[in-house]
Amino acid sequence: MEVTMIINGSSVTRDVEPRTLLVHFIRDQVGLTGTNVGCDTSSCGACTVHVNGESVKSCTMLAVQADGAEIKTIEGMASPSGELHPLQRAFQENHGLQCGYCTPGMVMAASSFLAENPHPTEQEVRHGLEGNLCRCTGYHNIVKSVLAAANETAEV
Amino acid sequence: MTVTEPKTSGGVIGTRMLRKEDPSLLTGESKFSDDLVIPGALYIALLRATVAHARIVSIDTSAAKSSAGVVAVYTYDDLKDDWAGPMPCAWPVTADMKNPAHFPLANGKVNYVGDGVAVVVANSKTAAIDAIEAIEVEYEELTPVLDLEDSVSDSTVIHQDLATNSSYLWELIPNKDAVDEAFSNAVHTVEERYIQQRLIPAAMEPRSLVVVPAPFGGDFTVYTSTQIPHILKVMLALTLGISETKIRVIAPSVGGGFGSKLNVYAEEVLALAIARKLRKPIRWTEERTENALATIHGRGQVQDIELAADANGKITAVRVNILADMGAYLQLVTPGVPLLGAFLYHGVYDIPNYSFSCTGVFTNKTPTDAYRGAGRPEATYAIERAVDALARKMGVSAIELRRRNFIPKEAFPYPSAAGLTFDSGDYAANLDKALSILDIEPILAEKQARIDAGSTKVLGVGLSFFVEMCGLAPSRVLASLNYGAGGWEAATVRILPTSKVQVVTGTAPHGQGHETSWSMIVADKLGISPDDIEVLHSDTAIAPYGMDTYGSRSLSVGGSAIHLATEKVLDKARAIAAHQLEVSADDLEYSNGTFAVKGSPEKAYPLAAAAFEAFTAHNLPDGMEPNLEASVTWDPPNFTFPYGSHFAVVEVDTETGKVELVRYLAVDDCGNRINPLIIEGQIHGGLVQGIAQALYEEASYDAAGNLLTSTLADYLVPSATEFPFFELDHTVTPSPTNPLGVKGIGEAGAIASPPAIINAIIDALSHLGVSHIDMPASPQRVWETINNAGK
Ligand code: FES
Ligand code: FES
Repeated sequence: MEVTMIINGSSVTRDVEPRTLLVHFIRDQVGLTGTNVGCDTSSCGACTVHVNGESVKSCTMLAVQADGAEIKTIEGMASPSGELHPLQRAFQENHGLQCGYCTPGMVMAASSFLAENPHPTEQEVRHGLEGNLCRCTGYHNIVKSVLAAANETAEV
Repeated sequence: MTVTEPKTSGGVIGTRMLRKEDPSLLTGESKFSDDLVIPGALYIALLRATVAHARIVSIDTSAAKSSAGVVAVYTYDDLKDDWAGPMPCAWPVTADMKNPAHFPLANGKVNYVGDGVAVVVANSKTAAIDAIEAIEVEYEELTPVLDLEDSVSDSTVIHQDLATNSSYLWELIPNKDAVDEAFSNAVHTVEERYIQQRLIPAAMEPRSLVVVPAPFGGDFTVYTSTQIPHILKVMLALTLGISETKIRVIAPSVGGGFGSKLNVYAEEVLALAIARKLRKPIRWTEERTENALATIHGRGQVQDIELAADANGKITAVRVNILADMGAYLQLVTPGVPLLGAFLYHGVYDIPNYSFSCTGVFTNKTPTDAYRGAGRPEATYAIERAVDALARKMGVSAIELRRRNFIPKEAFPYPSAAGLTFDSGDYAANLDKALSILDIEPILAEKQARIDAGSTKVLGVGLSFFVEMCGLAPSRVLASLNYGAGGWEAATVRILPTSKVQVVTGTAPHGQGHETSWSMIVADKLGISPDDIEVLHSDTAIAPYGMDTYGSRSLSVGGSAIHLATEKVLDKARAIAAHQLEVSADDLEYSNGTFAVKGSPEKAYPLAAAAFEAFTAHNLPDGMEPNLEASVTWDPPNFTFPYGSHFAVVEVDTETGKVELVRYLAVDDCGNRINPLIIEGQIHGGLVQGIAQALYEEASYDAAGNLLTSTLADYLVPSATEFPFFELDHTVTPSPTNPLGVKGIGEAGAIASPPAIINAIIDALSHLGVSHIDMPASPQRVWETINNAGK
């Protein structure tokens, strides 16, 4: 089956098997390997991307279901000139990542969370990221990163 | 040695420098093993045992062989001539340790659910997985051995040729009579049994690998998600009979390890064997369920601990007997894990009489091995809970009892009854600092007020004062423990012609930020920008020597090697500068990239000029070799002994059994601090793993030996909602045993936190008659404990 998506601003058309998951389409067929796979029970959130602006665990969706959609992955977050997105910057400044495996999913989940709730409390951030697991950071600095990004946006 | 300020000679060490690793990880540019694009690669998938203990009657692979896209299907018999030796265990802890033959695929018998039975090679991952389902195996089931005490009874023996389920008995009993006498003279004693449940390390990146054979040269490049590229290379060479010169191991970005990637796995050996057979790249990435079944587990011990004390609560002896679960086979360092804790069951206390023994036993479960802390969390948990038990029995405060028993700061370097020399410490000062931050009185008042009001939300405060031995390790000490390798670390520092600096390290980071910290060490010494420094690692062709990353060793051993190599390269540059300035090297002082003659700063020679001079070699001192490079391999003279006080404040709902962590304060002492940002991150991560052991995680099995927690939906890796912000502070007692004065911090949080949490829960419930609870303290278990108390 042929599917067409706008991925990080560019139109992409590929043939896919009906059973191909969106995450495998993004990684294997489009070659954007920043989106990671950490489980097979939609528990970890490492595969989180934006589909039409909403954060979605891309292992829970078939590529064909995303036909015609606009997708954003971690590779689309920094500006084309390489300037980090404010959330990416906040993650670096607050040491919100260690091994970095959960990080693309965390950043994507956090960015859609902040779009919905630009001025969250600590507890709201924790609940907003509940579907994303990290084994390295103990979440402390991830939560700090998201709060810092929220404050920065608030100041702009 | 007392508390001193962090060392900041060049102004870089001690700063919160942001990590160099981050931009590429944050933008998705970093490549993990599964991200690599390898044209023409074939995929392997393993058929794994679905029963815990059985003889294989037959395996029918014919349907799988004709399945679409399948290139080959192999069982043990097909590959038995492909290995030169069994899967390696590098730590034969005793001369008569029993080690069952262990091959990448099962030889006629499976010993745990997840044991490899057959491997399919296919041209896509889905084709390989589909073909797996077409393999038929007939099993003759045997009684599974699941419980440690059952195992030790030998009522069913797993490995018949060994005739017993006990792999070894390891003892550390310097003076048995003295221990017995201390117990017979004791005024107070406690005798406790604790269970260290099995844990699944669950690094977020599953294991993943690609083996790429050179089509004609017979060389192999192994890309694999490992903590130990160097050790793995040696072991692959030995296991497969391939010359070490023909194997290059590269660990690309590695998504966490926590000990679980400190191993030589069947899939690595199989992939290399098949790549050699088929002359094709072979790749494999584990499913999360395979990670739960076939990547090592951690912990798994039954601990019996007894303390003897005099009338004042001065502890006079500790006696410990451990049953340690090896799982079905011995992996790389499985038998040695309890030994890493064996010396630490007296904790931070000056206990003169010591007795430790450990029996390692086989079960029909996933093999265990090192998981964050490896042996030391177990030891810390036992002593810190037992000290609380003693305090309760004597009716004194747990804080006061600890103070009475601390190793006094004047006693360092402290020779312990277990035979170690503790490097440095000021435990009382560390505890004082923690108490001043905690402000315990209002908490205790609130706790009492809630009890008085009959509240169902009760408070508890738990303390754990931990010490660990890390910085593995002095090679001679490892030799005395029968460990199969050394504990040194190698470093090379090169100042390139343009004066940029290359650092080559034998450490293998997987989230610890070595590129950043190692740059800081060199930048601090050379007085240059960390941005001008490149750190090369995790590729055996680029960094040929290394002992890799585990046991909180990278900074104290690897960082020290880098520090010393930097000094050495600077000495060479100094000799070049002295030659150019026609002065003696002793007359030069160095700062911020320039040598200057003492007293006449106008006579100066930049490091950059020395680098270029070393490159052109036009005018070097007689006999000096060109190029500005120095290598150091450093073997530490001792372990390091980080320590600290950790306090947990919990609220327990007595109606639901739910435990909420209200506050967590950690005051750690890891010696001098290179990058506080990274140190704090390491503590946070360790804390959550330790707290998760105390409250949530357990690899549980049913009566048939099936793992019930084989997905992340069942195994409770906690999310952000379960924790408050942690409160961290520190004291600084430099280690005198390495040139940086550092101690290591990677495991501290996971070591210290479980007893702090459990002690807090018991404290919260002690007025209800609760004096014991096992981990994980799930709501159900807490609720049952409350309801059974006093019955
Ligand atoms: S890979 Fe999608 S949630 Fe884990
Ligand atoms: S940074 Fe390693 S899993 Fe989150």
